[in-house]
Amino acid sequence: MSSVLEADGLGRRYGRRWALRDCTLDIPAGRVVALVGPNGAGKTTLLHLAVGLLEPTTGTIGVLGEKVSDTPAQLGRVGFVAQETPVYPALSVADHLRLGAHLNPGWDDRVAQERMQQLQLDPSQRAGSLSGGQRAQLALALAVAKRPKLLLLDEPVASLDPLARREFLQGLMEIASEQEVSVILSSHLVADLERVCDYLVLLTASRIQLAGEVEELLATHRRLIGPRRDIDSLPAGQQVIEASHTDRQSTLLVHTEEPIHDPAWAVEEVSVEDLVLAYMRQGTAAQRDPSPVWGVKR
Amino acid sequence: MIWLAWRQFRLQAAIALFALVLVAVFLAVTGAHLRDLYDASGITTCRAHGDCAALESLFLAHDKVLRNLLGPSLLAVPALLGLFWGAPLLARELESGTYRLAWTQSIPRTRWLAVKVTLVGVASIAVAELFSLMVSWWFSPVDKVSLNRFTPGIFDQRGIVAIGYAAFAVALGVSAGALIRKTLPAMATTLIGFVAVRLFITYLVRPHLVSPNHLSAPLGSVPDVGFAAAPAGTTLMAGSPNVPNAWIQSNQIVNAAGRAPSGQYVHRFLQLHCPSIVETPSAGSRPAPAAFKECIAQLSTSFHEAVTYQPASNYWPFQAYETLIFLGLALVLIGFSFWWVRHRIT
Repeated sequence: MSSVLEADGLGRRYGRRWALRDCTLDIPAGRVVALVGPNGAGKTTLLHLAVGLLEPTTGTIGVLGEKVSDTPAQLGRVGFVAQETPVYPALSVADHLRLGAHLNPGWDDRVAQERMQQLQLDPSQRAGSLSGGQRAQLALALAVAKRPKLLLLDEPVASLDPLARREFLQGLMEIASEQEVSVILSSHLVADLERVCDYLVLLTASRIQLAGEVEELLATHRRLIGPRRDIDSLPAGQQVIEASHTDRQSTLLVHTEEPIHDPAWAVEEVSVEDLVLAYMRQGTAAQRDPSPVWGVKR
Repeated sequence: MIWLAWRQFRLQAAIALFALVLVAVFLAVTGAHLRDLYDASGITTCRAHGDCAALESLFLAHDKVLRNLLGPSLLAVPALLGLFWGAPLLARELESGTYRLAWTQSIPRTRWLAVKVTLVGVASIAVAELFSLMVSWWFSPVDKVSLNRFTPGIFDQRGIVAIGYAAFAVALGVSAGALIRKTLPAMATTLIGFVAVRLFITYLVRPHLVSPNHLSAPLGSVPDVGFAAAPAGTTLMAGSPNVPNAWIQSNQIVNAAGRAPSGQYVHRFLQLHCPSIVETPSAGSRPAPAAFKECIAQLSTSFHEAVTYQPASNYWPFQAYETLIFLGLALVLIGFSFWWVRHRIT
């Protein structure tokens, strides 16, 4: 099993609006994947399709080498922490763990108990009275103790304060390193995920803008700063993602497999955030104007 | 899954059990009192003396308020079950988003739904039928005196129909919740839908469930025969013949050919055969009893009363068909809910 999530021409429509379209993806196993995109870009739709809560309108989606279905075996191999981490308010923390134990044949109570001890949650406390961070941790414990091969988290830290955010991601990293589990987590803020992920999928306006290993993406993108010039004069291997010009200077973000030889350019490495922002702007510009806009010429 | 379904249902189950016990105690006490009154009323022995009517109306004067309250509240039980147990079953999960937790455990959502629907459905049927049995027991002395078991409202409170009503109400609630995805609107829809279907079946479907018996009664044998003068002619009127515990569906005065005579025809007939009656001014004076009797005897030679009725022996077929209709509707709705949850939700 080499890929944890495969999508081919995947699309999902709500009425007339496409929440996700033409999505083709192949995410290898063993990664921590950041699924990034602005609100409403289709991240939740993609995750719900992957966990079987939604059926595709077009195309196919497979998880862990099998078509997504709601057989117990398939459901048992995928852990899911839904957006806003829903729990049953009237049920206690212990009840939630019992729920997990009853509904998951692969339940590992040791894992659940360990997580609870680490979090110092009172088992008799009602889930309705937990703080946002505690609720997220409880949802994570539920998803992890079923011993999934793939863990999907939908905006798990969006509603958490910075401290709880850090603790949550730390816990998640411990789990990812202890268990053989691939993780896909979504966020509209790339800064949250930059430190923890090694694979990036960027969704903008219901389409995939960018997908790949973070290292590879960073290695193949450069920021070029130099005297003002027309971007059409660049070598064929260099694809401009974003360009801005002043009277005398051009700043480009380019994708290139080759090293940059032109001495006129000052070459800088880019951060994940730069990359995401550049592709995001490109995506939203493409949405406003169907013909691709590669840069703003003046 | 059974554990979770029970864990989420046990508070509601406890409330229902508490209500059942409370009502049972109340009905046992007041019902025993009613039985004492019945035994003391002398109705059991009145047939020998022939003064039953007075004794019966004396007995029926007791506990009138309670009787008028118990009946309607029993009819509300299935509706309440549909509202508070059926409608939130899916709607609350969908509204609060917890379906994303429940349906991503290692259990297909259809099984999750099957277990919940079975538990809530069986509990609802049991609660509704227990209430119905308790109230039927309470009413049994009253029923002995003034029973028309077919009367809409009484028919619905006795026997086995509560099983069908409860199953239907819960199924309606579940499917409304699946469609609407919000608890309160689903509850409102359930209430409206339940009342509408119950009225529809009671008044438009139930009368046709079993083919009726026919009876032609001579006018001399039926009560309350009379005439009414109108500008269009004179009409004949008659009460229903006394068929014990039957549901009289229609009665009509017809001629030998089975057709209702026109007003003019009746008028001419009366002018010909009993002129003294026709000439009597309608207001004030009455025709002489002897002339009246003679006139009815004359009418009987040409007319009789055609009665369509359901005999008492058709009671249980009616109960069974009505229960089956509601169980069938419930099954259709539950089938729809499963399909919807499997393919259409989210």
